[in-house]
Amino acid sequence: MNYVDIHAHMISRSTDDYDRMALAGCVAVTEPAFWAGYDRRSADVFADYFDHLTDFEPKRAAQYGIDHYTWLCLNPKEGENRELARQVLEIIPEFLDRPNVLGIGEIGLNRVTRNELATFKDHVDLAVANDQLIHIHTPHLEDKYKGTKVIVDTLAADSRVTPSRVMVDHAEEHTVGMILDNGFWTGLTLYPVTKTSPGRAVDMIERYGTERICVASACDWGPSDPLAVPRFIMEMRRRGHADDLIRTVVYDNPIAFLGQSPKFRQPRGSAATAALV
Amino acid sequence: MARNTISTLLTQRQLIDAYFMEQRTRVLDIAAFLDRLDRAAAADAEDDFRYVAFRQTLRELLSDEPGRVERVQMILSDRTTEPLPELDRKAAYGASIRNPVGNNGQETH
Ligand SMILES: [Zn+2]
Repeated sequence: MNYVDIHAHMISRSTDDYDRMALAGCVAVTEPAFWAGYDRRSADVFADYFDHLTDFEPKRAAQYGIDHYTWLCLNPKEGENRELARQVLEIIPEFLDRPNVLGIGEIGLNRVTRNELATFKDHVDLAVANDQLIHIHTPHLEDKYKGTKVIVDTLAADSRVTPSRVMVDHAEEHTVGMILDNGFWTGLTLYPVTKTSPGRAVDMIERYGTERICVASACDWGPSDPLAVPRFIMEMRRRGHADDLIRTVVYDNPIAFLGQSPKFRQPRGSAATAALV
Repeated sequence: MARNTISTLLTQRQLIDAYFMEQRTRVLDIAAFLDRLDRAAAADAEDDFRYVAFRQTLRELLSDEPGRVERVQMILSDRTTEPLPELDRKAAYGASIRNPVGNNGQETH
């Protein structure tokens, strides 16, 4: 089944992974800017990173018939450094016009500090000023509930933000309700240990329906699986769900959210591209 | 907000037929982990916040009320609401070191 992985850090993955993802049905990925595993020392390093995300990576994906899009930001794990954030926020606009940039992300919170929150709000200002979609990282593990609540409350109180243009990602059972109830899109991250298993993701689909919910691998340099979405598809089938319903979650929904950006092109195999043939 | 929930299609019998084996191995792993802690070279972490939270989650599994997974999530969550004045460390622990004593985040049994 064709699918879109809305969260994949392909810079950390090998070309073999693109090959396997394409074989498994992946037609498009979106890659949010994230933490390299160490704190970067200057905005110049980010400029190189953004260049990679907007030039090298889409070319590498295209060899396998996968459309590659990206989101730019200084990620929450470096958000404590307000001076670095100021410098990076200054260079992001230079890259916003590149053809595969869909918006600002993955912004949000890590340990939920005052500085992280200030950096998050600065990014929201930048997104609003440039009419960009927003992709949000919610914190991990014990910090998820608190961080998601702070993010949702902050955005819900900001009248400039249109919730349907915001993806609040990495939802789990104790946060998915508050995200959807406030009108945002959400993503379930299929991670081996620290986030959600395919089985629990299917449970959340059964309990919350398919409206405004996507699933993603969030594959990166840590323990993660670039084929997590196909595994979710297998689990949905094992639980007896019809392919039409599965396609809504792994294909139609991501396209509906991402399609709000004029830069997003209907992927190969979609109804819109089939009509052109 | 109204939700368009989707029916769980499998019966209890079908779910048990399909998933019992993998859940069986998980419960044995937890039992073995608890025994291993008893045999440990030193009993130096009986009040470790992660171990305390872990034991609370196991009690929650015996509940007859639906919503066990949300309640387990909340036992393992930081339930304070104020942002930290500054960053203390980069990574999360998996259970909260900051929760007020005796506050499990919900009524328990
Ligand atoms: Zn990510």
